[in-house]
Amino acid sequence: MAEALLRIQGLTRRFGGVVASDGVCLDVAPGELHAVIGPNGAGKTTLIGELAGEIAPQAGTIHFDGHDITALPMHRRSLMGLARSFQITSLFPHFTALQNVALAVQAHAGHSFRFWRDARGEAALCEPARAALDRVGLGHCADTRVAGMSHGEQRQLELAMALATAPRMLLLDEPMAGLGPDESSRMVRTLRELKGGMTILLIEHDMEAVFALADRITVLVYGRVIASGDPAAIRANPEVRQAYLGEQGVATHV
Amino acid sequence: MSSIVTTRNAIVAALLLLLALVPLYSAATGDYFMMTLFTRIVILAIAAVSLNLIMGFGGMVSFGHAAYLGIGGYAVGILAKEGINSGFVQWPVALVASGLFALGVGALSLRTRGVYFIMITLAFAQMVYYVAIGLDRYGGDDGLTIYKRSQFIEPFDLSNKTFFYYLCFVLLLLTLYFVWRLVNSRFGMAIQGASSNDRRMRAIGFPTFRYKLTCFVIAGVICGLSGALLANHTDFISPAIMHWTRSGDLIVMAVLGGMGTVFGPVIGAIALLVLEEVLPFLIGAVSQLLTGHEVQGAREYWQLILGPMLLLIVLFARGGIDGLLLRPKRSESRG
Repeated sequence: MAEALLRIQGLTRRFGGVVASDGVCLDVAPGELHAVIGPNGAGKTTLIGELAGEIAPQAGTIHFDGHDITALPMHRRSLMGLARSFQITSLFPHFTALQNVALAVQAHAGHSFRFWRDARGEAALCEPARAALDRVGLGHCADTRVAGMSHGEQRQLELAMALATAPRMLLLDEPMAGLGPDESSRMVRTLRELKGGMTILLIEHDMEAVFALADRITVLVYGRVIASGDPAAIRANPEVRQAYLGEQGVATHV
Repeated sequence: MSSIVTTRNAIVAALLLLLALVPLYSAATGDYFMMTLFTRIVILAIAAVSLNLIMGFGGMVSFGHAAYLGIGGYAVGILAKEGINSGFVQWPVALVASGLFALGVGALSLRTRGVYFIMITLAFAQMVYYVAIGLDRYGGDDGLTIYKRSQFIEPFDLSNKTFFYYLCFVLLLLTLYFVWRLVNSRFGMAIQGASSNDRRMRAIGFPTFRYKLTCFVIAGVICGLSGALLANHTDFISPAIMHWTRSGDLIVMAVLGGMGTVFGPVIGAIALLVLEEVLPFLIGAVSQLLTGHEVQGAREYWQLILGPMLLLIVLFARGGIDGLLLRPKRSESRG
């Protein structure tokens, strides 16, 4: 296997008596779509938080592209090319879709100690923003305020904002959460188009989507990695079937 | 982008025109009280606009903004007392001192949020207030008379009321233009984004703290300018200028006028200070109408009317007076 773009070693985080990450080890190779699944409370969102720099692990290291980023603040990780989308939609509701994405572009276009020129008219910000909107199929609602967009469109916008930072790796926290069947399949289509060109760590509840998209799957239960491998191996793994797939009653779908 | 010619913009232009004409009115009628009142309004409008930059656009509710009025004012007063009358010294000192104070307060208070931020900014302002009371050499509690206004080059004379009014008015216009450019620039986008969703801003790569701190310092410097003007206007400076109720007045101006726009606080400053003059009269007249003679002390209860008015604005017109003017169609670019 090629040198991993993201390497997680022995990551541990406790909240009181609960161990949310229990010595998690994980490698994501460049260009790979790596899915992390697990029942509710398995520590998936904690893992994303640790990777994005929002939650400090108590032990273990995170290496991104060979650099130790375990102690870096959020914005530095983003500037290194590690982009994150949120499970609970987290946007700027009073801004239009285009302004939301333009902000993400701006974050990566040098410092923002520019006090004079009108940023809303700047082609250097708006054009990449429009391109990112088009890429997720939101080109038509560039000038709609976020507050006026449907939930599905807001999820797509989350993705567009992550993409607009020209990241080298995407951390996607349940991009399908709360989507209807049509919206879900559109999101799967978008992710499939991104796949290959982009390294992605996907946390997702939607098993159909995970098995359709992932190159590799890691299963978390109670903060611990119980299995890691390609979709076929995971599907066949008895421990996984018992801990997760069987219990959720979705084994028949996959 | 909506058209620039709207009812609201017409009203804003009319207000600015009225402000520009105040000295002509005073010269024509001999009513110099009007000019004194409006000089005060224009100066405090500068302070309110600066507060709104951090409060309305940056989401940083500072309850200690009057401290900068005091620092700017005392810089002028203390230097004048020590025989340094040149405005070329006094004013830069006022601005730099305000900026440094803002840097210190901001660096500490911006690590907190919500109510804690409000309380810390209040605490710092109270600290400066009590320091001023302790300045025995500069009048302590009683304040300090400024015998000579800031000296600039001939023929500009700040003691000339008309000239001083226009100086303040031009500085207000410059402040408005500067803040308007600022909030629509990249820096302004970063500030408004941090106000709306700080966590997301950091996740997309903004070091929000340093932008918010810079904004906090800019607002402090502008308000320090307002303080230097105020000291020159009243020829006097005392700790009362930075009493916490003065900070409250500035917040009221911004809320009353409208926090969503750069110009809103100017409307708020005019409304609040004019009401302060008009309501006592009104209450006296009403008491005369009801009882046949003016009830003694009735005028002191003018705030009984102001209070409910504020309440109505906050409950039913979230965007303040300016928000009412902007309805029903809000313009895209916040001017």
